[in-house]
Parts: sequence; structure tokens; C-alpha cells
Amino acid sequence: MGFLDLEGVRKVYGANTVVRNFNLSIQRGEFISFLGPSGCGKTTTLRMIAGFEIPSAGTIRIDGRDVTELKPNQRNVGMVFQSYALFPNLTVAENVAFGLKVARRPKDEIARRVAEMLAIVKLPELGDRYPYQLSGGQQQRVALARALAVKPTVLLLDEPLSALDAKIRISLREEIRSLQRELDITTVYVTHDQEEALSMSDRIVVMSDGRVEQIGTPFEVYNYPATRFVASFVGTLNILDARIVDPASGRVVIDGQEVIAGRGVNGAGVGEVRPMALRPEAITLDGGNGDRNRMQGTIEEVAFLGAVVRIRVRFGENAVLLDTFNNPGVAPPPRGSRAEVSFGRDDLLLLQDSAAD
Amino acid sequence: MSREAELAVVAPVARSGGRRSWAWLGITPFFLFTVLFLILPTLDLVVGAFQTPDGSFTLDNIARLNQPTIVSAYWISIQVSVASALLGALAGFVIAYAVVLGKLPRPLRPFVTTFSGVASQFAGIPLAFAFLATLGPTGLVTALLDQYAGINLRALGFNLLSFWGLTITYLYFQIPLMVLILMPALDGLRKEWREAAAILGATPWQYWRHVAFPVLWPSLLGATILLFANAFGAVATAYALTGSSLNIVPILLYAQIRGDVLHDPHLGYALALGMILITGLANVGYIWLRQRGERWIK
Ligand SMILES: Nc1ncnc2c1ncn2[C@@H]1O[C@H](COP(=O)(O)OP(=O)(O)OP(=O)(O)O)[C@@H](O)[C@H]1O
Ligand SMILES: [Mg+2]
Repeated sequence: MGFLDLEGVRKVYGANTVVRNFNLSIQRGEFISFLGPSGCGKTTTLRMIAGFEIPSAGTIRIDGRDVTELKPNQRNVGMVFQSYALFPNLTVAENVAFGLKVARRPKDEIARRVAEMLAIVKLPELGDRYPYQLSGGQQQRVALARALAVKPTVLLLDEPLSALDAKIRISLREEIRSLQRELDITTVYVTHDQEEALSMSDRIVVMSDGRVEQIGTPFEVYNYPATRFVASFVGTLNILDARIVDPASGRVVIDGQEVIAGRGVNGAGVGEVRPMALRPEAITLDGGNGDRNRMQGTIEEVAFLGAVVRIRVRFGENAVLLDTFNNPGVAPPPRGSRAEVSFGRDDLLLLQDSAAD
Repeated sequence: MSREAELAVVAPVARSGGRRSWAWLGITPFFLFTVLFLILPTLDLVVGAFQTPDGSFTLDNIARLNQPTIVSAYWISIQVSVASALLGALAGFVIAYAVVLGKLPRPLRPFVTTFSGVASQFAGIPLAFAFLATLGPTGLVTALLDQYAGINLRALGFNLLSFWGLTITYLYFQIPLMVLILMPALDGLRKEWREAAAILGATPWQYWRHVAFPVLWPSLLGATILLFANAFGAVATAYALTGSSLNIVPILLYAQIRGDVLHDPHLGYALALGMILITGLANVGYIWLRQRGERWIK
């Protein structure tokens, strides 16, 4: 059992099931991201942990205590909202002090804690300002300080950076992560930005249409997507339809060219056509050396992205995107020319169907 | 970081300073209208209050305000206005709260909005007769209550042509007006504030005390003052309802300017000046209170 457990949690609105059978066990101090497209149920799940929504079924436990039906103000959970949600009529210091004030902590303790929190989020001098006098990034730091001031057992963040511009987003991302490590606070972070999830999390929960598609480290989720959905949502991934020739040895045929999936295609039957995943960065625009899969195709598109040149090679029904580094000495191949590509045998992965309910 | 914020706060002000805009042209009709129908008549009235009928300067009109009938008229007017404003504000707040934040069925809202829009404008002679016809001495409700419920309003001390009668009649448009003003204000309370407060451990009461009420305060106050002014200036309803049986300023004023026996327009001007001053004072009080309650807005 973890520190924060969700067991068989589901949420139904009328005839609409928006979260189905959600199971997750989060360790103390772990940073977990919920990643998925709009409407997949990330916020709803987070709000059930916060207590704003009551699950239609299932149990939520924090540190062994069943909190499923507790009110938000009885859970000692911290939350940071996308829209900051600072109280406009209170100064920065009063905002940070709010949780301590309603808990009737002594004045000097509140003052000390507020100063400490403002120092932690690097806004020690702005205590007397009102929220409207702060930039978006500053407001979100204050919101973070406010949530952490009451020493919550779990910190929940719902797309906290998506209203900010790119530069601040990246610096604040790193700050939140290092603060989280420093305080060793169990954290659930909702985002639809895969880069954010990949760069910050200990583990990622990839969600789609109310269900968990995969739970894994960023490395696992990115390199070994479990389902077609994960493969297409996380990173840019080539998905190829392959006809299975021999499940045991991993031999498959793509557009008439036989290749080998080094990890096997167990679970697929002979003659079946199944989706397989192949990362752009795993493909090179030459034959390569040793035991590699090699395929012949036609250059269909060349996109010069700066340091990287992205090339689409078509085999027949299937095409792949591949990335090569820009080389000032060598012009990219012209469109329409024939090309050989190669990729490691282990890089070609069989995708599972999405889990049923 | 803090430097950035300062720039962000200062920048829009600096920018809008030097620009000439065609937008001025658009609001010219408004200014013209204001000057012609508000500023000029007010000036005329102020000047008239200090003139004798032949046009020379005098303080006599003002001095004549200090007679028992007029002083008590002001006093009753203020009382009726305050009572109907406060009661209207309270009831309006409860209704607006129920409609916006309560868990009532959705279709109720447009219904309440439409009804309030109509009712808040339903004043003057039609309103007075509507009330006479229902709650008046021979009104329908009065009769029904008497006949079937055995409640004799008159015996209970209720008289529509009295202070409370007028107050209740005013409430008919005061409450809907408050509802109309407060619904958007309550909409402005963001759901996230309530949730942020809750997750920080606050009870609903603590949230209202520390966040929602302070945020609403300027709107509540402004709306109540508006209600006060609304009642204070309402002459037609009062006149049609009570005739001269209730001594309030608008009726007294009306009597001076409409040209019968009492005809004394310059005393009328002075009466009106007094009303303008009282309304103005209420507004000054409002601005003062509002600034105290609103330091967090620019
Ligand atoms: N109160 C509600 N009543 C009915 N349906 C709701 C309610 N709240 C959410 N939903 C539905 O539940 C689904 C999941 O919503 P949710 O807000 O959890 O998505 P999300 O993953 O957070 O999406 P986004 O990235 O857009 O924030 C959506 O289809 C939404 O329409
Ligand atoms: Mg969401």
C-alpha cells in the first residue's frame, strides 16, 4: 500500500462515465503526473483526491486513512489551480497566511511561516502587494506558497503552468520540481503537455477517455509505450501496420518488406495485421552496421527544423518520420529520391489495444 | 521578476497617455445629452434656489426649508428610502444568492432575470394602483384575507397609505433591482476562490467572511445607495398612492411646482437642492466606504 491510494475509483455524471476503474498507488514523496488529452478525466480524478467531487465508486486513502467521503477542508491536501485563484482582496502575505489564519494559529507563528514560504518561492519582498500587482508567474508562486504553508500531506497541481508563457513555464517547472524534492512532498501534477510530464515526473499516468492507459517512468512511457494511444500521444511516434509472420522470432512484414521485432510479437497470431511503434530518433537514413532492420523507400517530405532535419520516407501504405542532425557539409536528400533506412531490431514494438473497462 | 511586474503594471498607463483617439467622437452625443438635460437644468435649479421671484439674490428660500413640515418631510423621505433600500438589499441579496449560488434548477435563472427586469421598472402610477387594488383598504387581497382567513389588515395596524405601506410598495421595484445588480456580482465570485479556501481548511462561513463578502462589499454598498436614491426620488408612485396623506419631500416639491394654490417654484428649487445634496452626500459616503473596502483594486 502506498501513501496515496486510489482503488477502483470511478466517476459517473448522469449517463457519462468520465473516470473508469482508476487504480494507482503513489509512494510518499513521489511526483506523479496525470497526462492525457483534454476531457480525458485528469481534473476530475484530481478533484476527487481533493474532495471537490465524491467518487461514484471506489476508495481513496491518504496515509492509510480512508478520505473518500471527507470534505476538502478535512483532508489536509494542498492544491494549486491553473488560474492561480489568489484571493484578490488579500495581500500576498495574507493569501499565504490564509490557511494558518483559519486554523487559528498564533500570530507570530503565522508571520514566521509566511516569511519562510515567501523566501522559498523567491518572493521575499512582495508580501504587501495585491495579486493584481503581480505577473502570472509570480501569482502562481504565491499560490504555491499558500498551498504549502499549511504543510499539506499531498500537493495537487492542475495544469499550474498552462496560462504562462513558454520561458517562465520552463523555469517554474524546474523550480516546482526542486521545491517538491526539497520538501519531499507527495505530488500529483495534471498536465496535457507531454514534455512537462516527461521532464518532471517520477512516474507518469497516461490517461485517455477516462481510463489509465499506462503507468510508468518517463523512460518507460516514452520508449516502451504500452498501447497505441500512448505511442501516439507521447512524443512523435511512427505507427506501422505489420502482418505477423512468426510470433516467436518476431518476424513481420511491412509493405512487403520483412523485418524483425527483436522483443517478439507474443500475443499476436500468424497472419494478423497489428500496429507497431517506431521512434523517429531510432531510424537512420543509411544501412547502418550489424543486425539491423533495413527497408527501401522514397523520400516524400523534407522539413528543415534547424539543428534537426525531419524526413518522411514512404514504403507503400506505411511511411515513417525520421530525424537526422543537420550537417552543413551535406545537403538533405531531394524529395522523390530512393532511400534506404535502418533501425535497431529492438526498436520496433508491438502495441497492445487499450485496456477494457 | 519583480522588475518585470513593475513594468507590466506601469506600461499600460504610460501607453494610453499620449494617444489621441476617435473614440471621443463616439461619446459626444452622450456629453451633449448630459449637458442639455442634466447639467443645465441642475444649474438652473441651483441658481433658482437662491433667487426671489423677480430674480434677485436671496437666502430666504433656503431659510424657509427650516419649517416643521419640510424638515419632517425630509426626515420621512430619508426613513422610507433607507428602509426600502436596506430591506430591498437584504431580500435581493438572498434571492440573487439562491439563484446564482444555490443549487436551484437552471431554467429558473432566466425566469428570475426577466421578471426582475420588468418589475424593477414597474413604478409610478400603475404600480400604485396595482397595490391599491390588492393591498389597499378595499383591495382584493385585503378583502380575501378578511373574508376567508379572518385577518383584518386594518385592525392589525396595516395601512397602505402609510410609511410601511409606501415602503412595501417601493420594495416591489427595489428587490428586483437589487437582484439584477447582484446577480452579475455574484457570478464574479470565482468558484476557485471558494475551493481554494476550502482546501486550505476554511469553513464556508470563513470563506464568506474573509473573501466573498469583502469582494462583494463595493457592489453591495453601491447597489444599496442606488436603491436609496431610487426611492428618494420616486415621486409618481408616492403621489399616486398616498396623495398628500404622507408628507414626503417629492410630494411637497411636486406641490410647489405644479402650479396650484401652493405655487412657489423657488421654494420648490430649494427643496430639490436639498434632495440633490442628500443624494450627493449618500454618494460621497459611498465613495468613501468603497475606497476603504477596495484597496485591492487599482
Ligand atoms: N460537473 C460535470 N458534469 C458533467 N460532466 C462533467 C463534469 N465535470 C466534468 N465533466 C466531463 O468529464 C470529462 C472529463 O473532464 P475533466 O475536466 O476531468 O477533463 P480533463 O482531462 O481535466 O481535461 P482538460 O485537459 O480539458 O482540463 C469531460 O468530458 C467533461 O465534460
Ligand atoms: Mg482539466
